Amino acid sequence: MTTLLQNTAIVGIGQTEFSKFSGRSELQLAVEASRAALEDAGMKPSDIEGMVTFKLDSNDELAVQHNLGVPELKWVARTPGGGGGASATVQLASAAVAAGMAKAVLIYRAFNERSGKRFGQPFGAPQERDIHVSFGLDTPAKIYAMWYQPYMETYGVTNEDLADYVVVARANAATNPRAWFYEKPITKDDHQNSRWIVEPVLRLLDCCQESDGGVALIVTSADRAKDLKNGGVRVLAATQSHVHGSHEMFNYYRPDMTEFQEVRALSDQLWNQSGLGPKDIDVALLYENFSPIVHMALEAHGFCGRGEARDFIRDGNIALTGSLPVNTHGGLLGEGYIHGVNNLLEAVRQIRGTAANQVKGTQTVLASAGRSAAILGPL
Amino acid sequence: MGDQDFFWEGVDKGKLLFQRCSGCGAVRQPLGPMCPECQSLDWEPQEAAGRGVIRAWIVSKHPTRPDAHPRIVILVELESGERLVSNLQDADPDEVRLGMPVEVVFQDVDGVFLHQFRRAGVAQ
Repeated sequence: MTTLLQNTAIVGIGQTEFSKFSGRSELQLAVEASRAALEDAGMKPSDIEGMVTFKLDSNDELAVQHNLGVPELKWVARTPGGGGGASATVQLASAAVAAGMAKAVLIYRAFNERSGKRFGQPFGAPQERDIHVSFGLDTPAKIYAMWYQPYMETYGVTNEDLADYVVVARANAATNPRAWFYEKPITKDDHQNSRWIVEPVLRLLDCCQESDGGVALIVTSADRAKDLKNGGVRVLAATQSHVHGSHEMFNYYRPDMTEFQEVRALSDQLWNQSGLGPKDIDVALLYENFSPIVHMALEAHGFCGRGEARDFIRDGNIALTGSLPVNTHGGLLGEGYIHGVNNLLEAVRQIRGTAANQVKGTQTVLASAGRSAAILGPL
Repeated sequence: MGDQDFFWEGVDKGKLLFQRCSGCGAVRQPLGPMCPECQSLDWEPQEAAGRGVIRAWIVSKHPTRPDAHPRIVILVELESGERLVSNLQDADPDEVRLGMPVEVVFQDVDGVFLHQFRRAGVAQ
């Protein structure tokens, strides 16, 4: 059975360089990446009828429209929250195309997240007392570490164990010319010698980067994709899940904190939509703001059992030569942090066969962002 | 007027107050204007137990400001079932474990009056 979403495809990808100082405006990054995606697709600005980005993106759709010269927008949508919605952009764009709301939709995400407003810096003392921030939870690293800590203590995962993932991500980045950490692999000792950010959970090398850059993708119908310059990559499934009782950052109020419940729920949708299962996924791109979330995502997707991710990683499964290559571009730790949307570009490249670290014969790629996910495959 | 105001009024009186739904009796976690169980907007303050156990913890200190004094941040599950974030005082990070019993104290922390916790049963 073919779902409506499976009649849609990603037909163009574009990006700027990923850096620590872009030297230009966020709007310029957005339109540079968008122009590159149009060129990649062999499309004109007049082909675009819809736009999708993050609620957090500073670039107004109408400003992007004006600069690109898009004659008319008929569909505009944004995903709530932060990087958890990275793959929701595909769901929103594909839904619009499948429903006939827009013939082609441009997805963009662009920011100066290192040279401008840094996500990783402390929020500063709140003006009024706050049930979280007043006790020291004033950075994403601390806020998320509070959620990872019970998982790690419960399953005996130490910070040293996290190095097994980080070494793989950095090895992949080291051979990806688009990655900020290109040609800069690390050892487990490098990981253990990096400074503590949040004891006893995160060291510096467990943290995603703060990056400047922009990325863009174009979604249209699978039929139209066949006639375009680079063909298309089919959307096999695209989902969101926001489960009641969770909080995107302060996720402390559910009885069991050791399971990534959104990802469990996403997985049920993914397998239902696509008819696939965990064993059918060739490459997994897992949003990692910090390294422990890779463990929790691997388990909740069903790639291994609960508490087994440490050994699954240690046994080499996630390496390029393993049973499930993970974050083949280097991930958000190694390539750059464009809020997880750069993972979608890598997913497209793996299906096209043009990735820097190409996994041969890739037919299915999962791009999972925690609260949204997509599976891509060939047309 | 914020949804957390009553909680801080309780802290100022040395109490941990939560919202007990007037419609169905459910306790709201975290704080909010509506009961997710029955959609009632009505609630009464309910004083929670002052003792509980640690469900998560980290050491908070900003890495580029090593001189700032570190705080142990804890998630406490109270004996009455509610959860809340706080700090653990007078403890060494090496001895903190999930499930460790703690009890509440109220005090001024750098000019801000907050609920804090200490290890339960430890002489003060």
